[in-house]
Amino acid sequence: MRPFAYQRVTNEAQAVKAASAPGGVFLAGGTTLIDLAKLDVIRPERVIDINPLQGRHGGVSADAAGLRLGALARMSDVAEHPAVLRDYPVIAQSLSLAASQQLRNMASLGGNVLQRTRCSYFRDVTWTACNKRNPGSGCAAMGGNNRNHAVLGVSDQCIASYPGDFAQALTALDAMVELYGPGGARVLPFDQLHALPDAAPHVETALRPGELITGFHVPSAPWARRSLYLKVRDRASYEFAAASAAVALELKDGVVGQARIAVGGVAAKPWRAREAEALLIGKPLTEASAQAAAQAVFAGARTHGHNDFKPELGRRTVVRALLQAAAMEA
Amino acid sequence: MADEIQGGVSRRNLLRAGGVTAALPLAAAGVEEVQAKTSAGPMGLVLKVNGRDHRVTVDPRTSLLDALRERLGLTGSKKGCDQGQCGACTVLVDGRRVLSCLTLAAVAAGREITTIEGLAKGDQLHPMQQAFLDHDAFQCGFCTPGQILSAVACVQEGHARSDDQIREYMSGNLCRCAAYPNIVAAVKQAKGQMGPV
Repeated sequence: MRPFAYQRVTNEAQAVKAASAPGGVFLAGGTTLIDLAKLDVIRPERVIDINPLQGRHGGVSADAAGLRLGALARMSDVAEHPAVLRDYPVIAQSLSLAASQQLRNMASLGGNVLQRTRCSYFRDVTWTACNKRNPGSGCAAMGGNNRNHAVLGVSDQCIASYPGDFAQALTALDAMVELYGPGGARVLPFDQLHALPDAAPHVETALRPGELITGFHVPSAPWARRSLYLKVRDRASYEFAAASAAVALELKDGVVGQARIAVGGVAAKPWRAREAEALLIGKPLTEASAQAAAQAVFAGARTHGHNDFKPELGRRTVVRALLQAAAMEA
Repeated sequence: MADEIQGGVSRRNLLRAGGVTAALPLAAAGVEEVQAKTSAGPMGLVLKVNGRDHRVTVDPRTSLLDALRERLGLTGSKKGCDQGQCGACTVLVDGRRVLSCLTLAAVAAGREITTIEGLAKGDQLHPMQQAFLDHDAFQCGFCTPGQILSAVACVQEGHARSDDQIREYMSGNLCRCAAYPNIVAAVKQAKGQMGPV
């Protein structure tokens, strides 16, 4: 690991000031940053420890308007919070099905949504061609081993998959992300936090220099209770998604009033499928209607050989998730 | 500890001779640097490990695992992958299981750290240590300290209610010898002996 300076900050203003200068990165749980610094993928000059802000931004609260999650709350605590388990099961499941308990005890929610891709060519600096790491250098994954790579939202520059789970739950439930930066506080729809790779895959988020995620707000909604996260993996536990679906349904006499669908393990960013949702509204939730929605989710899929199986796996994941949600007692 | 009991000179003792940091009875805890100040060079920290305060001076990059092993001579916590994937480095920080390889020593300063060396009370093994012996829950033993710390936390969290739940909540600790069935049996035995948390 290359040398860096360590700085501990005690309030947002200090944090943002420290991170606005070049070479500064925030440290919360460290599960992404320290890992990638050891691999020489990230080369921080100054590590800014924001854990002292946990008292202000580490809480979970719920009221009639919705759920507020502090960015420094730990995954394991949010996964077992009674209000989250009862009223937002898709959030609880997306957190408890991710990583291991040790990592969930460490990882903050803000860091979780910003975790970097598991693309092996991104993580291994001996591969020079990686447009995320070295803009303009090419993409070794296109003609390489791309079994775990994305099929939705990919570009000619990058096919890396967004690895997280929690972000799919947030985008499915229309969450907002709360930010604090040099210009003060602002709020952004969570769906706008992550950028598509397009021509500039090294630009992964809409965050401005020095900007800190302080929390998330999930609006209450009739469909939040009838929600779930279905994660399909190569092994039973402690593995990233081969395909996953975050779904939420509002059913009235068996007919879909509102539907929310987001998919993971298959896309360049947390992937909300609004066209597929629209197909379900006003229809009974049946295997046939679920299949039609799943077809729409993957209508624009682009595969690269080893990941040719992903659209079909993803469709089956969406169908099963929708049928399970319809069968829930909510 | 075993080195001392045997009374001989081990490779490990010979190699670390002169490098052992004495435990100091410090009242103050935590990062000695004034908060919000940058430490570009060596940092003075107090690590509270197994109930004792240790004053160390480390490079900011130093992981908690390296500080424990290389500076305090507590080599029970193991370095497997050093990338947060295998769980061999699992320790408890303020009672919660974490990966010491991905934790900076500076971040752990001032918090209560428990390692495998801190579980037994004198010669009396912790119920989880005894259960691992009783059920032959290891072969090579390299992953075992991490398995045991993780298992203690698994029980304390209330995540040892069934075999399936134990398997799920122990999935962050890999065992290349595949002692998994015996580990599940050991956790179940110790659960009944650890008492209410």
